[in-house]
Amino acid sequence: MKSSVITFPGSNCDRDMDVALKKFGFINKMVWHDDNELPKSDLVVLPGGFSYGDYLRCGSMASKSRIMQSVINFAKSGGLVMGICNGFQILVETGLVPGVLLRNKYLEFICKNVHVKIDNKENPYFKNLDNNIFEFHIAHNEGNYFCTKDQLKEINDNSQVAIYYCNEKGQIDDQHNPNGSLKNIAGIFNKEKNVLGMMPHPERMIDQSLSGEDGSLFFKNLINNIK
Amino acid sequence: MLVNEKVAIEHGLKAEEYKKICDLLKRVPNLTELGIFSAMWNEHCSYKSSRLHLKKLPTKGDKVIQGPGENAGVIDIEDNDAIVFKIESHNHPSFIEPYQGAATGVGGIMRDVFTMGARPIANLNSIHFGSPQNKKTKNLLRGVVHGIGGYGNCMGVPTIAGQTTFDSSYNGNILVNAMTLGLVKKDKIFYSKAAGLNKPVIYVGSKTGRDGIHGASMASASFDEKIEEKKPTVQVGDPFTEKLLLEACLELMAGDSIIAIQDMGAAGLTSSSIEMASKGSLGIRINLNEVPCRETKMTPYEIMLSESQERMLIVLENGKENHAKKIFDKWNLDFAVIGKTTKSKNIELFFNDEQVANIPVNTLVENSPMYDRKWKKAKLPKKNKFKNEDFNNLKIKDILKKILSNHNVCSKEWIWQQYDHTVMGDTIQKPGGDSGVVKVHGTNKAVAASVDSSAVYCWAHPLTGGKQVVAESWRNLISVGAKPIAITNCLNFGSPENEENMGEFVECVQGITEASKYLNFPVVSGNVSFYNQTKEMGIKPTPVIGGVGLIKDYKKMVTMKFKEVSNLVLIVGKTEGHIDQSLFARTILDEKNGPPPEVNLFNEKNNGESILELIKKDFIKSAHDISLGGLLTAVSKMCIKGNKGIKLNKSKNLINEIEYFFSEDQGRYIIEINPTDFKEVSKILDKNSVHFEELGIIIDKELIINQKTKVTIDELKSYNTNWLKNFMSS
Repeated sequence: MKSSVITFPGSNCDRDMDVALKKFGFINKMVWHDDNELPKSDLVVLPGGFSYGDYLRCGSMASKSRIMQSVINFAKSGGLVMGICNGFQILVETGLVPGVLLRNKYLEFICKNVHVKIDNKENPYFKNLDNNIFEFHIAHNEGNYFCTKDQLKEINDNSQVAIYYCNEKGQIDDQHNPNGSLKNIAGIFNKEKNVLGMMPHPERMIDQSLSGEDGSLFFKNLINNIK
Repeated sequence: MLVNEKVAIEHGLKAEEYKKICDLLKRVPNLTELGIFSAMWNEHCSYKSSRLHLKKLPTKGDKVIQGPGENAGVIDIEDNDAIVFKIESHNHPSFIEPYQGAATGVGGIMRDVFTMGARPIANLNSIHFGSPQNKKTKNLLRGVVHGIGGYGNCMGVPTIAGQTTFDSSYNGNILVNAMTLGLVKKDKIFYSKAAGLNKPVIYVGSKTGRDGIHGASMASASFDEKIEEKKPTVQVGDPFTEKLLLEACLELMAGDSIIAIQDMGAAGLTSSSIEMASKGSLGIRINLNEVPCRETKMTPYEIMLSESQERMLIVLENGKENHAKKIFDKWNLDFAVIGKTTKSKNIELFFNDEQVANIPVNTLVENSPMYDRKWKKAKLPKKNKFKNEDFNNLKIKDILKKILSNHNVCSKEWIWQQYDHTVMGDTIQKPGGDSGVVKVHGTNKAVAASVDSSAVYCWAHPLTGGKQVVAESWRNLISVGAKPIAITNCLNFGSPENEENMGEFVECVQGITEASKYLNFPVVSGNVSFYNQTKEMGIKPTPVIGGVGLIKDYKKMVTMKFKEVSNLVLIVGKTEGHIDQSLFARTILDEKNGPPPEVNLFNEKNNGESILELIKKDFIKSAHDISLGGLLTAVSKMCIKGNKGIKLNKSKNLINEIEYFFSEDQGRYIIEINPTDFKEVSKILDKNSVHFEELGIIIDKELIINQKTKVTIDELKSYNTNWLKNFMSS
């Protein structure tokens, strides 16, 4: 299975993603933002970080990078595109997934483990996973998901919410909403479910000695689903 | 502008220093030259008050690849891997403008590390604020934390450990010390020594602006009521550019184009060019018209003294200019050939085809002033004689509650949750433990690091305090299973022109020297920050020690959280009941006098090495050293982290129970072992003549001190976790 991770100026989770993808069997290529074409890929990842220093608006400048036209075409032809953290911010800026990401409610960067609940397994990312609740890691300053009422209705009608912030038992409430996201939304799909944007970093959860191992479950399942 | 003594004094030079400049040059310097001298001869750059004493520090060892004198120290961690590390202060700018001051402090120290070819793999910081009641404290803390996070998070380097204290002596002078560790291959370390004639001198990174002019001079003076006017001397950071600069430099360093490289930190282009020339015993000629400028009409004086961030100076091999330019173009960074190396041994500056400065390099460096300042020896204060009735009305649970929620003991999670501590995917011990630990990427090794200071002990008796900080750093590394290798120090003091402050400096350095010698824990890099004082009020002497150690097999790393019910808990090291200068004495008894606990280096070494032996043999399930707040505080933290309780045995120690629980005797650890290993463990400790006692047994959810006193884990948590959060939101 082939994957590509795009490096933008200011990306800083590109190596971590490369390590994770390779660990679970992907043949991964790092792709420079200024390239014209994507290599042949089964999965394209927009990694976390501070592309273009978060200047103007998080993700906005990266969404106009040269490589992004190929990524958008790839997504529109049904290719799997996953944006993590800053990658999610880039995805909303391209319009591939709906909504926006505002500054965290308490105006502070948050780095910690959180629990998320998978809402919908009818998609190539979560299909065949045994569990519904995962412990993932977040590290962001602008992860406060927001969209209009009409967008929210459409998102719900199409089951586009990928994951919600929750407690370890799966209860979704304000107390377990780390950043003020609308309806505790932590990740979202496009209508077709081939594009996934999410704030949590599964690539930081791939070793018991690190923050935990729920990321391993995610990646193992993902590569099996793509095969 | 004509230069005379008055102008020189306005530049922070003393009248006799100005006279020395005129003598050395055999003429009156022009304004640009005077600016260069003032930048090189200020305390921050020249170490003129400290140099004499710093020479005493042990800086060599079989693991030391590079000691002080370079951008950072380097130690060997085997298999051709090396760790580059250093700590540096950014105190003055952070008090004036907390966000940018702290941010550029973090940026500056990371640049020092990657200048040597190392990729930064961990950041730490030690930050000290005025009392919580001081009206400035909250905003300064918030600004500093945002600044540290803003820079480090964007760079994608995890912040793995730190230290935060509050004390009224920092009301007018906060301390912000930032430390970075980088990883490099032993045969790919870069140095700042220029070599070869007619080699191109390259400027890369950000453009030069008018920010930070005279920053280093500001950091070499006390504050007064005109402090607001100093805001323009604070640099403005751009972590995005630094991230690009990091990647571009590492890309260029992969080849063999670079002869020497030096970041432009304090005193910018001035100190970087002069240091490279001085180390290489040659001259540098610079055409200032070639320096990329952010603003129009910048003068040679401004260009030379700007402290704009994210800039590097490189001496390249001839013919490598195009190759280097391509890399910096790719990363959208400025690149300019601004000069060349010469045999003149002078720094020669040209602007609009005119020579604007010509100074022999040695006058700036070797001939810089060095002072043997007067200093006063501190007396060891008399011990307080506490009587049993002093303690009679006190309840252990009340004391514990007060200590766990004390601002210097409480959980600092509010702070470190704002720092990305997991990026790079190698953090195996996050903040809140005895040391932060990161794996050496792609290997089974891990590196542990800790920052420590004990200003109260140093204030009570500088010599003992200096020793104690080194010992504490050593213990914090050992508690996670790391073999301590070397330290970096950041020496924060008041004015060296004050005999008492100077005495504190001299004796703290003496204490650090004795301890690091004895423990074979050499100093490989560091920084001195004097003049941490507003008008006559100086800070408590605050030497900060950053220790680094190696864990050969990361799976053997130890944490402080209690692991398993029915495991046995031991206290290693002897409890003598030293109450003076303990948190208990200062906060509960309101007794601020008395000597700090004695540091017995033999016991420190022996106890520490014995703990490492036990860890190596897999006997230790959890470990924590005993420091501020004493035994019961340490045990409580292990309970909180592990979400488990402990039933304490009745102590066989003859001292009063309160002295037993809250004294701050040194050289002690708490360890958890499997009861079946007790025989083996006691055999090893006995063999090494290490004192130990059985402290108790791990149980569920409750700290049982005696029949009358029980505290639930939830209570302990509520004491410990809420103070800072509440303070910041009040």
